[in-house]
Amino acid sequence: MAQVEAPGPETTDRELTMSRAMVEAIRSEMEENEEVFYMGEDVADYGGIFDSTQGLLEEFGHDRVMDVPISETGFIGGAVGAAMQGMRPIAELMFVDFFGVCMDQIYNNMAKTAYMSGGSVSVPMVLTTAVGGTYNDAAQHSGTLYGTFAHLPGMKVVVPSTAYDAKGLMHTAIRDDDPVVYMFHKRLMGLAWMPAPEGPKTPVPEEPYEIPFGEADVKREGEDVTVVTLGLHVHRALEAAEELAGEVDVEVIDLRTLVPLDTETVLDSVRKTGRLVAVDEDYRSFGVTGELLARAAEGALEDLEAVERVATPDVPIPYARPLEEEVQPGVEDVVEAVRAVR
Amino acid sequence: MPSVSELQEMYEQAVTARRYEERLQEEYLEGKQPAFDISAGPIPGELHLAAGHEAAAVGVCQHLRDSDVVTAPHRPHHVAIAKGVDLRRMTAEIFGRRTGLSKGKGGHMHLYDPEVNFACSGIIAQGCPPAVGAALAAKKRNTDDVAVAYLGEGAISQGAFLESLNLAGLHDLPVVFVVEDNDWAISMPKGRVTDVDDGSRRADGFAVHGDRVDVDDAVAVYEAAGEAVGRARNGNGPTLLEVQVHRRMGHFMGDPESYRPEADAERAEALDSIPRLEERLRAHGVEDDEIEGIRERANDRVEDAIVWAKDQPQPDPEEAYEDAFTQQPEGWPERPEVAATDGGER
Repeated sequence: MAQVEAPGPETTDRELTMSRAMVEAIRSEMEENEEVFYMGEDVADYGGIFDSTQGLLEEFGHDRVMDVPISETGFIGGAVGAAMQGMRPIAELMFVDFFGVCMDQIYNNMAKTAYMSGGSVSVPMVLTTAVGGTYNDAAQHSGTLYGTFAHLPGMKVVVPSTAYDAKGLMHTAIRDDDPVVYMFHKRLMGLAWMPAPEGPKTPVPEEPYEIPFGEADVKREGEDVTVVTLGLHVHRALEAAEELAGEVDVEVIDLRTLVPLDTETVLDSVRKTGRLVAVDEDYRSFGVTGELLARAAEGALEDLEAVERVATPDVPIPYARPLEEEVQPGVEDVVEAVRAVR
Repeated sequence: MPSVSELQEMYEQAVTARRYEERLQEEYLEGKQPAFDISAGPIPGELHLAAGHEAAAVGVCQHLRDSDVVTAPHRPHHVAIAKGVDLRRMTAEIFGRRTGLSKGKGGHMHLYDPEVNFACSGIIAQGCPPAVGAALAAKKRNTDDVAVAYLGEGAISQGAFLESLNLAGLHDLPVVFVVEDNDWAISMPKGRVTDVDDGSRRADGFAVHGDRVDVDDAVAVYEAAGEAVGRARNGNGPTLLEVQVHRRMGHFMGDPESYRPEADAERAEALDSIPRLEERLRAHGVEDDEIEGIRERANDRVEDAIVWAKDQPQPDPEEAYEDAFTQQPEGWPERPEVAATDGGER
């Protein structure tokens, strides 16, 4: 499909929640291409536990919006097989924490087939999955695992933070010839039962548009400190930047995709500010924040004055509110880290 | 047949479990009205209530002792109660308190009471392999303990379950898989996710004994479970026992159940096992005031647990860093240094 300049959010007044924007892209691709179909648990009559398929059943029926047995190895591996035949399945892993059930199909099959086949076989599928905590769902339902998926080669990894990006990234994901892991944060979806913060609900143009992978978005320009983050924490970082306005001029970068990673935008900013704060809801060790600091050291060591990272400490996500709040990186943690590098 | 005293015990456990779920429902929804917000109210997180599943819990656990192992899924309270889990500490855990079974770290899907060998977990069919492992330990140690894995009918297409059946059959392990068939895997009716109506037929392919109880009835479950547990205890191998139960409170609190026909919910209501158990008691000559006395005792016990739990302290935030390891390495987990605020000199 010809690459067309994406219409910006300023071209419309129509605001959507992130879930509706994501579904709009899926609907559009399903209308355009009958080889696109959606598989997952509770995606048909329920419309997705996190509204990821709301309304699709009515238009496309059970053949293309398929409820599947609770058999993640079976149906995600099935999506891999259908994709190897050239179809464009979208498979939903209800919570990213459930990857443990089916990681063989994801890691050893979906992600490695292109390489193992010497490029002769591709796997053009999308694996959608809900990530994130903040609502006390405890250790088996609250992970983000951004770093886990980004670490393993062969998967493109997408993490939208707004409705505008959710739609454009979904179009790109479905049209991409490689497996794309599309990680949507529950707290950003705009669910009736889990209020979203200000920010993810944005204007969304009605026409289809792509957002290229590997292009970070500078959400807020600043001269003093670079904050790089993704997902829910884009909004927390922006809130922190606002709180610090007048004291520290903070630049906030939303990575939008982890694989590929837009290192250049990060380095450009770090060369300007000399101070980097990496913020991530995933675990502190061996993850996204460490990677960002490593890339800054590799690419802009001369300009680096100070670094700090804000992430979830290396413990499973606890249940009780005071415990989850302790480990979940908050606005004040970002504020403190920015002050620390200033 | 269960004796009258066994019937009374089963009834007391069943009405305790029912009352417990009704009271948790009330407590959970407090602070979530009029708009439902999952992160508000006194009980954190998701809540999967088991009202309508009591027969499966009391009919099986009546045959178990403390040293027998039970693993339960995300809908665990009724089984925990029937297995004898400490109700006060379990309730404190559900309210996220420091004196809860897991010091507030686990929550309602992650209840562990090693005193009575009970554990549950939040991922479908996840408890099956550990039950097989507990049975393996019993066999290796020559005890006559058994293990029971509870799962839902939605879990019977999961690899962890099918692999467990094979392993249990291969080694003739003392384990019973109890499938609680409530007809619904969240929004998916059984017919949409498997072509096999009778889940116990999954046993056939593994040369494991399979049985199904078609009525939501504690005594019928007691009979079938007596055979299954006896078979395991006597060294005669595993059983897959499917029992019909009903889901009365949605998949989780807040589930709109818009996918569910009203007639189905009404049918579940009509087939409730508790009035049936009450009839059995009456048929055995138990007087109404005795039945009422059991109910009052159950209600009091539930109320005591809830009042006690709500009076317990919240965990200290620093406790979040404890318990990931039993032998925690020094200085672990790594945490940010205290921030420097003097213009970047570090």
